[in-house]
Amino acid sequence: MARVVISVPASTKRGEVIEIKTLAAHVMETGFRRTQTGELIPRDIITQLVCTYNGVEVFRAELHPAMAANPLLAFTTVATESGTLEFKWTGDNGYAATQSASITVT
Amino acid sequence: MTSRRRFLALACGAFAAGEVAAQLDPNIQALRRAALESAIRKVTGDKPVRTGKVKLEVPPLIDNGNTVPLSVFVDNPMTAADHVKSIHVFTEKNPQPYVVSVYLGPRSGRASITTRARIADTGKVIAIAQLSDGTFWSDSVSVVVTLSACLEDGLI
Repeated sequence: MARVVISVPASTKRGEVIEIKTLAAHVMETGFRRTQTGELIPRDIITQLVCTYNGVEVFRAELHPAMAANPLLAFTTVATESGTLEFKWTGDNGYAATQSASITVT
Repeated sequence: MTSRRRFLALACGAFAAGEVAAQLDPNIQALRRAALESAIRKVTGDKPVRTGKVKLEVPPLIDNGNTVPLSVFVDNPMTAADHVKSIHVFTEKNPQPYVVSVYLGPRSGRASITTRARIADTGKVIAIAQLSDGTFWSDSVSVVVTLSACLEDGLI
């Protein structure tokens, strides 16, 4: 089971720029390492994170093997209306994880 | 039971075999530079990249290249008419130059991201931002890495 953690403020004022932090538990195997017997360990990484705010995409990131294990991404968005923020991670070997957070905007 | 002589011979053989497998291309530096240049060209498409606006923050001395905190800030308003479209981060010495590409828009409010990267060796880290008017701005930081990421045997 894919484990992900997100941090979104529960409530804020309209028009405020809020900071969002996301963290996904993943080894992010680069595909450049070898086992003791010399075989290449196949690549296994998260390739994309998409964040939508009430269905509208506000942030997208493309990840590469040079991201550290358990990729952390912190970014900002403008709080426009109350609703939900949805996060979707996709990666190699059919990796998929979703998480959502609700926000109250006054 | 394995005699001491036999053990040493075996150990030396195994070590030598490992050395051959771990040998890298002698032109590795030129290859990496070409890979970095082509990766940047893929993003910018031969448009000029100017220095400024972008602020890349990476610690100058890195003890462990496996997790390097990295943040990019672009000093530009985020309005519908004038905003930062994307930020791309590259490294000079990794087996692949790409680190991360993020796509922003006017709803981002601020062009500021924080993440953690793997950096294989002492060299430059480059951040390039594309603005909505099509111009590219960059910043680069030279870092010293004591423990390399990606490859246990080191790179050069």
